[in-house]
Amino acid sequence: MNIHEHQAKALLKQFAIPVPEGRVAFSVEEARSAADHLGGPIWVVKAQIHAGGRGKGGGVKLAKTPAEAREHAKKILGMTLVTHQTGPQGKKVKRVLVEQAGRIQRELYLGMVIDRGLSRVVMMASTEGGMEIETVAAKTPGKILKEWVDPAVGLMPFQARKLAFGLGIPAALTGKAVKLMTGLYKAFVATDCSLAEINPLVLTEEGDIVALDAKMNFDGNGLFRHKDIDALRDLDEEDPTETEAARFGLSYISLDGNIGCMVNGAGLAMATMDMIKICGGSPANFLDVGGGATAEAVTNAFRLILSDSKVKAILVNIFGGIMKCDVIAEGVVTAAKTLGLTVPLVVRLEGTNVKRGKEILAASKLNIIPAADMGDAAKKVVLAAAGQAN
Amino acid sequence: MSIFINKDTKVLVQGITGSVGAFHTKQMLEYGTKIVGGVTPGKAGAKVEGVPVFNTVRDAVKATGANASVVYVPPGFAADAICEAFDAGLDIVICITEGIPILDMVKAKRFMEGKKTRLVGPNCPGVITPGECKIGIMPGYIHKPGTIGIVSKSGTLTYEAVHQVTSVGLGQSTCIGIGGDPINGTNFIDVLSAFQADPKTEAVIMIGEIGGTAEEEAAAFVKAKMTKPVVGFVAGQTAPKGKRMGHAGAIISGGKGTAAEKIEAFRAAGISVSETPSDMGKTLARRLGMKVN
Repeated sequence: MNIHEHQAKALLKQFAIPVPEGRVAFSVEEARSAADHLGGPIWVVKAQIHAGGRGKGGGVKLAKTPAEAREHAKKILGMTLVTHQTGPQGKKVKRVLVEQAGRIQRELYLGMVIDRGLSRVVMMASTEGGMEIETVAAKTPGKILKEWVDPAVGLMPFQARKLAFGLGIPAALTGKAVKLMTGLYKAFVATDCSLAEINPLVLTEEGDIVALDAKMNFDGNGLFRHKDIDALRDLDEEDPTETEAARFGLSYISLDGNIGCMVNGAGLAMATMDMIKICGGSPANFLDVGGGATAEAVTNAFRLILSDSKVKAILVNIFGGIMKCDVIAEGVVTAAKTLGLTVPLVVRLEGTNVKRGKEILAASKLNIIPAADMGDAAKKVVLAAAGQAN
Repeated sequence: MSIFINKDTKVLVQGITGSVGAFHTKQMLEYGTKIVGGVTPGKAGAKVEGVPVFNTVRDAVKATGANASVVYVPPGFAADAICEAFDAGLDIVICITEGIPILDMVKAKRFMEGKKTRLVGPNCPGVITPGECKIGIMPGYIHKPGTIGIVSKSGTLTYEAVHQVTSVGLGQSTCIGIGGDPINGTNFIDVLSAFQADPKTEAVIMIGEIGGTAEEEAAAFVKAKMTKPVVGFVAGQTAPKGKRMGHAGAIISGGKGTAAEKIEAFRAAGISVSETPSDMGKTLARRLGMKVN
């Protein structure tokens, strides 16, 4: 789960990480009064969307007066901001962050992620502030400094000092840098982060070290113990179908194609998408109904698939294990009847009680196209989506 | 022979009194698995399917001589349950639970360091040695004793592979789901080296998916150390970047972890790659010099 920059900064502030004074604004008047309250002499108005590259897209502007801050907010609020992370359709800006702007001496990068290979949290730092860490990693991997954290003791001060000295932070500021880095680790662990980035981390002409931007992602599996963070979710930033699927305990991802998929198990669901592509079609979604799918889950899954107007045909691919094929078949029949299925439906069943499952589908009198195996199912659904008889 | 578990494995069920734990205890008993005890804190003295329940793993081990456990404990408590099993000195712990917070697993992995116990999973279907012992949630009856080892990050895609192997007239030595989480216990290389050393296993099917670099590392191992034929498949060739495909670990991030990279690594290591998910069995048969329709 992602949150906005202003929310991440408010969170980091609780862990003693210095951030610029700022206020979030949802209207132009709020933006102006935010600037008034904060005091000058210079402000920055920043579009709040869940994507990076906002400056290049025209979503970040400097203001010399509160009136100018208002003017900038007027341009930014409501604009569709297109960055390299939003995709070509862009994202509509509904809130801005108004902040006091300082004078920057140096821009650095500081981030934390989980190193899957080593099963450790790793803190990464680089002198290339403002650049994406992936770009730095690809072009100049030697410029990324890393410290892996032993969870038994946490990020040790000596590790933070190594990073600070490695970044060339002046000796007078290392104390502040160490405090900031240990604060970031504490925030990461306390909130079940999956990623925390301060980019850029700036050294100011006034001799301070400040988090000028902040990005935090959270581990969805940890959210059950952080109701406060879950409440920061901005539904405008999420795909509504994916949000609804999550409510039903289904794992759903929208894609660009026209073949709706319903599969049990994530690996089999990915493999089914691959099979459709190999047969010349294009999947409209990834949908895992789970290993223990119920008839109700199947109905909800159908409703989600049919809510996508691009869908021209549906493929159901179930390998029944603990979940029995006859139960799934009854779920498919009930869902197809109650929802008034209007597109061709190809069903491949295998596994526990498969014979009874197939009988239920055949006896339903519904226009269900049975398939012998995955390959056969994909071929049939691709033809059906193209409007050709099987 | 087989790897990791066999007819003599004595199994504890952690979380046996929960609905999922109780259901699968029954299934495993019916398959013939030696389930000797269960663990649910505060429920000592109870029985589930005739199996005695204990408060702690150590109590259960002392009373039953168990050497393995399977974890069906809810996600918020599962990492702790894994650590308890390690502390009791079992040979193998298989964690089925999906949705464990990743930082819980970071801590658990630290706790596991230097201990002899093997963890399989979490977020996996389990391990089965057909005809001998089933530990997990897989449908037992689709398996057939034989000579093919299967290792996979996925559950139902493994069933698919088992079904295809059976369809070409072969059976399985042991099937292992290592799970789809970003941090897990046993990895591909651990399983591959065990299959290489197992006299009964003649060939291996390895099923990977997008995300991380485990498949690339496994491919390097196959090239350097394995003499037995390996057939591979990687799911997620059509997965978009930056989206988690169901499994917590299945994500292409920063352009890394794509199926194309992994397939390339498989090929370079001499692994026979199944072009489609429905050709795993046929690709295996061809690699073994069998006639294929």
